[in-house]
Amino acid sequence: MRVHAKRAGALLGGLMFPAWSQADWTLNMRPGVTGISNDIFSLHMTILWICVAIGVVVFGVMFWSIFAHRKSQGHKASNFHENTVVEILWTIIPFVILVIMAIPATATLINMYDTTESDVNIRITGYQWKWQYQYVDDNFGYFSNLATPPDQISNREDKGEHYLLEVDNPLIVPVGKKIRFLVTSNDVIHSWWVPEFGVKKDAIPGYINETWAKVDEPGIYRGQCTELCGKNHGFMPIVVKAVPQPEYAAWVSDQKAAAEKERELTQKDWTMEELVARGEKVYQTTCAACHQPDGSGSPPAFPALIGSPVATGELAGHIDVVFNGRAGTAMQAFGKQLSEVDLAAVITYERNAWGNNMGDMVTPKQILDYKKQQQ
Amino acid sequence: MSAVADTHTQEHHHGPARGFTRWLLTTNHKDIGTMYLVFSFTMFLLGGSMAMVIRAELFQPGLQIVQPEFFNQMTTMHGLIMVFGAVMPAFVGLANWMIPMMIGAPDMALPRMNNWSFWLLPCAFLILVSTLFMKGGAPNFGWTFYAPLSTTYGPPSTTFFIFAIHIMGISSIMGAINVIATILNLRAPGMTLMKMPLFVWTWLITAFLLIAVMPVLAGVVTMMLMDINFGTSFFDASGGGDPVLFQHVFWFFGHPEVYIMILPAFGAVSHIIPAFSRKPLFGYASMVYAVGAIALLSFVVWAHHMFTVGIPIAGQLFFMYATMLIAVPTGVKVFNWVATMFRGSLSFETPMLFAVAFVILFTIGGFSGLMLAIAPSDFQYHDTYFVVAHFHYVLVPGAIFGIFASAYFWLPKWTGHMYDETLGKTHFWLSFIGMNLAFFPMHFLGLAGMPRRIPDYALQFADFNMVSSIGAFTFGATQLLFLFIVIKCIRGGKEAPAKPWEGAEGLEWTLPSPAPYHTFETPPEVK
Repeated sequence: MRVHAKRAGALLGGLMFPAWSQADWTLNMRPGVTGISNDIFSLHMTILWICVAIGVVVFGVMFWSIFAHRKSQGHKASNFHENTVVEILWTIIPFVILVIMAIPATATLINMYDTTESDVNIRITGYQWKWQYQYVDDNFGYFSNLATPPDQISNREDKGEHYLLEVDNPLIVPVGKKIRFLVTSNDVIHSWWVPEFGVKKDAIPGYINETWAKVDEPGIYRGQCTELCGKNHGFMPIVVKAVPQPEYAAWVSDQKAAAEKERELTQKDWTMEELVARGEKVYQTTCAACHQPDGSGSPPAFPALIGSPVATGELAGHIDVVFNGRAGTAMQAFGKQLSEVDLAAVITYERNAWGNNMGDMVTPKQILDYKKQQQ
Repeated sequence: MSAVADTHTQEHHHGPARGFTRWLLTTNHKDIGTMYLVFSFTMFLLGGSMAMVIRAELFQPGLQIVQPEFFNQMTTMHGLIMVFGAVMPAFVGLANWMIPMMIGAPDMALPRMNNWSFWLLPCAFLILVSTLFMKGGAPNFGWTFYAPLSTTYGPPSTTFFIFAIHIMGISSIMGAINVIATILNLRAPGMTLMKMPLFVWTWLITAFLLIAVMPVLAGVVTMMLMDINFGTSFFDASGGGDPVLFQHVFWFFGHPEVYIMILPAFGAVSHIIPAFSRKPLFGYASMVYAVGAIALLSFVVWAHHMFTVGIPIAGQLFFMYATMLIAVPTGVKVFNWVATMFRGSLSFETPMLFAVAFVILFTIGGFSGLMLAIAPSDFQYHDTYFVVAHFHYVLVPGAIFGIFASAYFWLPKWTGHMYDETLGKTHFWLSFIGMNLAFFPMHFLGLAGMPRRIPDYALQFADFNMVSSIGAFTFGATQLLFLFIVIKCIRGGKEAPAKPWEGAEGLEWTLPSPAPYHTFETPPEVK
């Protein structure tokens, strides 16, 4: 009884005061931390105030009529119904205002499109439902996934401060450098948006869109995917950490070393237990969004893996589907997304998890051989 | 009274048929108009209940009521049903009822086609709504159905959705042909084009827009159909196709489409404001030219929906300037309405309340539209709740308030009874408060960075989402009151005179209330 009462109380409290302490009543756009975002902010404010001024005049006249020219006050209607001078004036004046507004807008736009002379080049690839960041100058890259636990989303746990705006691996960029983003997609259209940078660019399969940012202040900046991209569209945030140049340089050399180490792992002799353990982690970050954490899938779009003809069929067929994807379906080609080790691990895991007791395994070396055959 | 048929001698074969066949087989513009309006209101409630599901899920952060898959189906179906099922048929219904009576015609020019174009609509929407019960669910890719989300990644029901779009497109095109044929051929002697009532003018221009763009919509969904079922790659980059092509073609339809949903409301409001200001419309000719200018410009602004897809800067600048230009004719219309009210003799019955709210709130939607037109700023607004706020401000207090204003204005003519003025005003004020509470905070949410079409959101968006949901529930529940008011008005009430509004002008008010089944069998003379 008391438990029920407590639950009811908590539910009521939750309904009345939803995360009250963390919510804020923000009314306006924030200026941001790049030159472009500041330019956009001042354009936004200029246009807003022009609209307010026009609104005050137009609605002012209207409300004056509403109060002063009422029939109930005995006001008699005039009969005028045209006035050429007035009509020409209120066509020309708005036109002039528009021209005045277009000038700074054009200048800002030209600046936004100037992606030349960049210091750092980062390729951003949208996937359902995560981002891949590749540092094309330094030859390493990684995926960035939502880090909010599912229990917070389904309200079984209190929500954290950065609920839905937190990732496992943020994008790291140096401050004070011109960073060029090359934005594309692997499947459907996504859109990469960091409000504080004033950067929003659609990630479109078959296109590489360019945009840029020069971050003035170190800090952590958060954004989200802004183009509907399927069921987890609301769950693929963007987190960018801007750090001073020396820190950035140190981080880059660490990443390069780690990438090298990862490549060496392929040559190691793996046991089945090791592969299954690693495979479970890979599965949860890469596959679970569609095939579900327990392998049950959500048919018909995303088939179950429990007892599936692929996961319990011939090994070669399983490798082929994971490596090359299934044309015309949502199943992507993971051959280029995952390392040999992760591919071997996740395939081994799928063949031996949830009662799919196939008892066989595939090693990273075998995957590497398969990769060579494919080329 | 020569305008009214001498029903005495012709009653035996000119009255409405009895029972269901009256509605199934009718070729009478008034019956068909009524069916369009009833259908539209049914769809309005259906699409509205989907909006209630959306707002209930967004009441609080976290997933409570529906899963993301179903949430996406709700946003998609809400948009499709409201655009194609509620707003467009409502205006066709108003056109059917009013255009023949306004131009002194006995009926629409093509009455049998009129019947067919109506009855296609319930068929199309039966197909569309049935997708909710199919394996894999209803379309879940947004009402803009961008490829490849809607092609390669779409649910199996997408093909049914395409078929439904084709059928409603055919219906719209036939409706438009009928309107044009009626207006150009059946005007009473003496009614020159520049003497036509503005509702007729705006519908004439709307009908041309419909004929121009509905085939484009049909083309784009046919290309989708080929991509999905016949192995083509129009929109599939891996087959040499182009996902951006989809957006160009879709918005070439989509932008004129938004004017299709607002121009007839402009026309209706241009009747209502002079009537309750007891003063002629200010600047009739400039109103006509402004509508024509808006319609022409609507064909060259489509890419302002696509500022973030990476079109070249020359294109970006062109579409920004062209879009900003639309503010000029739209401004002229607003100034004209205000000038009509200025030094009039105003009274505020329900149609006038809705019309004045239309002018004010549509102008607010126009302001946010102007802000969105500025391409650099659009990078921050695009696909956020700021856009959701913008188009709901032009569609709800624009199109929908325009429809309500028209309904209250002409209900006495249709039913022969006055509606209940107190209830009508209650409906207005609750709608007004609910609508602003629902949609105004969305501006703040968008500027704070909340993307649209998400089923769950970060905690800083919690407060305004809750306010918005409360407003939406208020607005939604209030619409049941409208149903009650209309039923009450049909069943009885104070008898309406031929011209219930002191300042109203036009041929429709020369007819008795309710308008007889057949009117203007002998055309009236217009001086």
